[in-house]
Amino acid sequence: MVMLGKDLLGIHDLTPDQISLVLDTALSMKEVSAREIKKVPTLRGKTVINLFYEPSTRTRTSFELAGKRLSADVINISAGSSSVVKGETLEDTGRNLQAMNPDLIVLRHASAGAPQLLAKMLPSSIINAGDGAHEHPTQALLDAFTIRERKQTLQGLTVVIAGDITHSRVARSNIDLLLKMGATVRVCGPRTMVPLYIEKMGVTFVPRLEEAIEGADVIMMLRIQMERQRGSLFPSIREYSRFFGLNREKLKHARDDVLIMHPGPVNRGVEISPELLDSPYTIILDQVTNGVAIRMALMYLLIGK
Amino acid sequence: MALLIRNGRVIDPASSTDEVLDLLVDDGTIREIGKDIVAGEGAVADEIDASGLVVAPGLIDIHTHLREPGEEYKETIQTGSLAAAAGGFTSIACMANTKPVNDNAAVTKFIVETAAREACVNVLPVAAITKGLKGEHLAEIGELKETGAVALSDDGKTIASAQVMRLGLEYAKTFSMPVMCHCQDEELSAGGVMNEGIPSTYLGMRGIPPLSEEIIVARDIAISEWVGHPVHIAHVSTAGSVRILREAKARGVRVTAETAPHYFTLTDEAVAGFSTSTKMYPPLRSREDVEAIKEGLRDGTLDVIASDHAPHSTLEKEVEFDKAAFGIIGLETSLALSLELVRDSVLTLSQLLGKMTIQPARVLGLDKGSLRAGADADITIIDPEFEYTVEAHSLQSKSKNTPFLGRQLKGRAVYTIVGGKAAFSLNP
Ligand SMILES: [Zn+2]
Repeated sequence: MVMLGKDLLGIHDLTPDQISLVLDTALSMKEVSAREIKKVPTLRGKTVINLFYEPSTRTRTSFELAGKRLSADVINISAGSSSVVKGETLEDTGRNLQAMNPDLIVLRHASAGAPQLLAKMLPSSIINAGDGAHEHPTQALLDAFTIRERKQTLQGLTVVIAGDITHSRVARSNIDLLLKMGATVRVCGPRTMVPLYIEKMGVTFVPRLEEAIEGADVIMMLRIQMERQRGSLFPSIREYSRFFGLNREKLKHARDDVLIMHPGPVNRGVEISPELLDSPYTIILDQVTNGVAIRMALMYLLIGK
Repeated sequence: MALLIRNGRVIDPASSTDEVLDLLVDDGTIREIGKDIVAGEGAVADEIDASGLVVAPGLIDIHTHLREPGEEYKETIQTGSLAAAAGGFTSIACMANTKPVNDNAAVTKFIVETAAREACVNVLPVAAITKGLKGEHLAEIGELKETGAVALSDDGKTIASAQVMRLGLEYAKTFSMPVMCHCQDEELSAGGVMNEGIPSTYLGMRGIPPLSEEIIVARDIAISEWVGHPVHIAHVSTAGSVRILREAKARGVRVTAETAPHYFTLTDEAVAGFSTSTKMYPPLRSREDVEAIKEGLRDGTLDVIASDHAPHSTLEKEVEFDKAAFGIIGLETSLALSLELVRDSVLTLSQLLGKMTIQPARVLGLDKGSLRAGADADITIIDPEFEYTVEAHSLQSKSKNTPFLGRQLKGRAVYTIVGGKAAFSLNP
């Protein structure tokens, strides 16, 4: 029987069967979210701690809602506001939290590998909610779920990931997952934002967006960090959006039934033109809805038995 | 009191000696080397039967960090010297990045005096080229040399300004001081925590490109040629650096270079588990780089193997990878890891020992590193077949930050003799 391990640290550790298990489980969780009473007693008596070292209202809320819909007790700790975390090492914080005997810790941290460090130390399950530019596995799973909802399968699809690949944990987890599930992946962006060895991951690098989306089934636009401009990774927002932003004109190169996705929050008019944002191609809100279902599925699979 | 070392395989790379001989030591000096030495009645207090063992000049490590003064919780001159002796080293050169920096005679004097009192091996201070390792103003190099500094290096940092580097080399030349270069363009490597390569692409961690090393290796060789004073390139880690050095040597440039055992033993794939014991500067590189380092050792482009022993406590190492300090300890694993090169037919045993004895001695201009009558009795006796597992509790170093914990090693020093006295013996 297919099962998950103690933790969910990254897509890297998952087999295609485990990925399918999560996606299938999320289907029934989504059904719970559609009910009038959006709550089941599955995780009653279990404690989930959201430990966020980086601000992220949207991901934290999604985990919080997921836990609550499964009747878990959910506690939020964010590094900025909490004395549990201030000045403490991650190790010490982990030990302190362990003393509260949580069943699951959801960790968002700026350092790659921080969830691995915590997972090695603590008996509780750990879910990686984003570690540096390394992995963001729940985002990749919810993206896969959303694509599968529309296209039935990931197998054989051509998916373009465009933007700042170098600094994107979303890109890394998605590349890994999509390749494992039989999709073809192209990455696109200025060379300054695409790692030199990206093709060794099994993707194709196509620098110009028009060419990259030729015949694409799915286009994932990544959020651009405005502060990267200072590091000269790109010359100006204006030039970035002109060459690497998606608009109706460029979209002609993609398939007619192309899906446009974005992990959010979107810089309106930078990565995606306003007209496309409000078009039926764009399924960003589905991603948000499905995020809760995926996180419920993971909580259930990790600590529900 | 005399010491007679009998029937060992005496390997002295400096004189191309490799045969079974006896060696007589007295009064801190090698008296005689030959077959079947007969010492006068009652003159020999001690005898070592070295049958089946290798008798080599005492190993010399030209690149260590001893952390005293300032960070004695990581390592002291005493504990560092114990680690050195256990690893077969009779002389170690210690870098200037202590707290305070060894950029003035008072610190050099402190190191020399502490070592004389507490160290069981020869400790040779390397002083800073610039004050505070800031790359701006020259340290008082004349006085540093007078006080006992054997070489100069801003190790840990690169002198970013080519002009300051030129002046530093010119001033060092005035006092005939060897200069060792830590090569890292700090803009190209800014924020980097591991090699820029395939693993860093997967791990999403900021890479340190080989380019950041190579551009400074090339620059420092160019400045060295211009000034007419040789440089020694520290911890070479990339194929590109090896190529640049090889080309320079072929042109007759007087440049020497070292690498460290981890650069020919591990690749950047070792970082995948986020173990901070795989984090050092320069970082572990790719498989191709590892092969190029071995080729550089084989063809003589790389003259010296140094440990770059860099102790850190759990405070600096049991943290997130990107927040961890750079550096690993190496004094107690260098010899065994290097002996792998002999088993892999990269080097002969004599070539390997040359890179750990006479060649580092020449870089520093030391009258050490060879076995001949009249030389200092710094001798390392090695059992190349001795097998053991690296375990934290058996390491002499105060710090245990090594990626080789748990590794099965083959070959180790069984006696380390400094000035005729045993600084270490495996079975005391
Ligand atoms: Zn260095």
